Amino acid sequence: MDFNFTEEQRQFRDSLDRYLREAYDFDTRRGIIGSAEGWSRAHWQQLAELGALAIALPEDHGGFGGNAFDTLLVMEALGRAMVVEPYIATVVLGAGVIADAGSDAQKAALLPAVAGGEQLLAFALGEPRRRYALTQIATRARQDGDGWSISGRKTAVLHGDVADRIIVAARTDGEIDSAQGISLFVVDADASGLSRHGYPTQDGQRAADLHFDKVRVGADALIGPQHGALPIVEKAVDAANVALCAEAVGNMAALIEQTVNYLKTRKQFGVPIGSFQALQHRAVDMYLHAEQARSMAYLAAAKLEAGVAERRRAVSAAKVLVSQSARFVGQQAVQLHGGIGVTDELAVSHYFKRLTMITMLFGDVDHHLAQFGGQLAA
Amino acid sequence: MDFNFTPEELAFRDEVRAFVDAELSPGLRDKVLGGKRLSKDDFIGWHKALYRKGWVAPNWPVEYGGTGWTAVQRHIFEEELADAGAPATLPFGLRMVAPVIMAFGSPAQKEYFLPRILSGEHWWCQGYSEPGSGSDLASLKTRAERQGDTYIVNGQKTWTTLGQHADWIFCLVRTNPEARKQEGISFLLIDMKTPGITVRPIIMLDGEHEVNEVWFDNVEVPVDNRVGEENKGWTYAKFLLGHERTGIAEIGRSKRWLKQLKQIATQQPASDGGKLIDDLRFRDRVAQVEIELMALEVTNLRVIAAEMEHKAPGPEASLLKIRGSEIQQTLSELMMLALGHDALPFQHAALDPGYDGPLAGPDYGPPLTGQYFNMRKTTIYGGSNEIQKNIISKMILGF
Repeated sequence: MDFNFTEEQRQFRDSLDRYLREAYDFDTRRGIIGSAEGWSRAHWQQLAELGALAIALPEDHGGFGGNAFDTLLVMEALGRAMVVEPYIATVVLGAGVIADAGSDAQKAALLPAVAGGEQLLAFALGEPRRRYALTQIATRARQDGDGWSISGRKTAVLHGDVADRIIVAARTDGEIDSAQGISLFVVDADASGLSRHGYPTQDGQRAADLHFDKVRVGADALIGPQHGALPIVEKAVDAANVALCAEAVGNMAALIEQTVNYLKTRKQFGVPIGSFQALQHRAVDMYLHAEQARSMAYLAAAKLEAGVAERRRAVSAAKVLVSQSARFVGQQAVQLHGGIGVTDELAVSHYFKRLTMITMLFGDVDHHLAQFGGQLAA
Repeated sequence: MDFNFTPEELAFRDEVRAFVDAELSPGLRDKVLGGKRLSKDDFIGWHKALYRKGWVAPNWPVEYGGTGWTAVQRHIFEEELADAGAPATLPFGLRMVAPVIMAFGSPAQKEYFLPRILSGEHWWCQGYSEPGSGSDLASLKTRAERQGDTYIVNGQKTWTTLGQHADWIFCLVRTNPEARKQEGISFLLIDMKTPGITVRPIIMLDGEHEVNEVWFDNVEVPVDNRVGEENKGWTYAKFLLGHERTGIAEIGRSKRWLKQLKQIATQQPASDGGKLIDDLRFRDRVAQVEIELMALEVTNLRVIAAEMEHKAPGPEASLLKIRGSEIQQTLSELMMLALGHDALPFQHAALDPGYDGPLAGPDYGPPLTGQYFNMRKTTIYGGSNEIQKNIISKMILGF
């Protein structure tokens, strides 16, 4: 066991933090969110040049071969700066699925392009009138000649409107809720029959509802085993949840720092409000939550390559605790800021909104508590 | 970052397990696991077994008899012992007064006291709190007046845990009533056999005798038994409070309790006639506390790792105290709740080892309700959780 980051990892984190501090401040972010595209290709290129996109991708395909802790460091830094670019959609989910289950040809075609910042990917999983169970897939892919024809609807696909390619989970066999019969396909975003309705999300990012209407893809679009993609989907979603946990840890660290500064400088009744014990203890509770959340993010990252049961258990545990912490820290940061906390002007409300949405993605507290509780080993 | 044990760490774990198998008697183990009363001999016997192996003071520097273990080895050691049902070593000598003597004691004090703490020859207790001085510890009133080479001590200490067994007590006493309250305090080491000391039991809400009042009536203490400088005792007291706090989270025991909770909830019925562990409302509560404990375990490892790099103890020590005590309380509460109406019988005698009289309810029932009542102390002692929050606030806010 070792509870320290390597010197190399610390330097990488520092360089990423420095770049984001200097080039990605709150006003810059606001400008990006307000732009027509809702993300910045220039900053994405910079992240590519810093190695942030390639860090955890395989060395054979343009990556640096890093592990879950490298991704964690990136996500924490992105969380501190509230970066809105499509890191989870493209790198963690999209490239993650390809690296995990793609053919050599798929890896060669996509991974170096992701590492270099040239290709954006999205992962189309959730469907209308469904919740968090990963088997609830009604979108169908039917054999069509030597390829496939995909039909169905996907909803709240992260960065689904800006991606160049979509990885879609579709049913090649079985009924909705069946664990068997799920397959993954990679589809060009401009494929005929695919329509995308893009929109901003509550937290300043982008997402899209996708309609697949007899979208034709070739045989080489299939990723991994036909009918047997559920384990790949589970692993990808676990990886996304660990990334979200790490991002939340970064969000919370920045939010606590700003709240502490506010408590020290804001005066009422002639004194800094941080001199009031009720507020001091609230700030301490925020700190306690954030530290425990950090521990759980580390634990989940450590278990991402463990056996399936151990991995799923750790990830659900992390998502429960990090989400509860995120809720508390976000709400209390707003409360301690008073009126200015509920305006759009300060970063506080933006962190709060991002933290809130993190808790809603890929399973909320109740979902993961049930998952974890179902595996309570006596 | 690597959360996997290395082959060396796994080998060390096997060594610890082999030691426990060989040295921990089934009788003592069953007492600990069954929540029975432990005698003075139980504590001392286990202390001496660890001492003979050279493992009684993992927190000490090697030159004084420590183990030189890594943070992970210490974690493995504590976890294995707690899981196996070994009694915890008591903190008062090994983890409280010893580090103060090492840091501030005279050569003679080090030479005399440290080996006797290590061997278990001296049982120590703590003389900090007074009836009028709880959270405001620096307001303490026990007086030590100097007459030549002797202090004459008068006053009263309280909440003295297991003081009924103690050979020595370390005390904060007022040596200068004129100075600001923190600046008139000295740190004395007092032999409990000295004439004028009276120990009176305080019976706690669970009916147990765990803590005491200690009265001092013209007790003569050699000036040589003062640690460090006169009137600098508050500095040493704070050093003690900030030192070596990782144990206070009681993670090993909480993990054992969690296991026990699951076993009990598997045996107890739910209202629908099934097993309690399958009642989703109860299951969620077990799951929630397990997750909190998983997080605290990692936090604890992070803190020990930082401590090993000799970083000054930060707010993390208070964090461990707060969350560790909350988790102990939750676990003890859930174990009581699991009993349903079997939580009612007060079966004091059933906690005596060897009791074979009639039992109301399941055989694991008798200690659980008292344990819940007893655990309320954890958020109060060692600096109440509210005081811990004040400490963290000072560190992160400056107020």
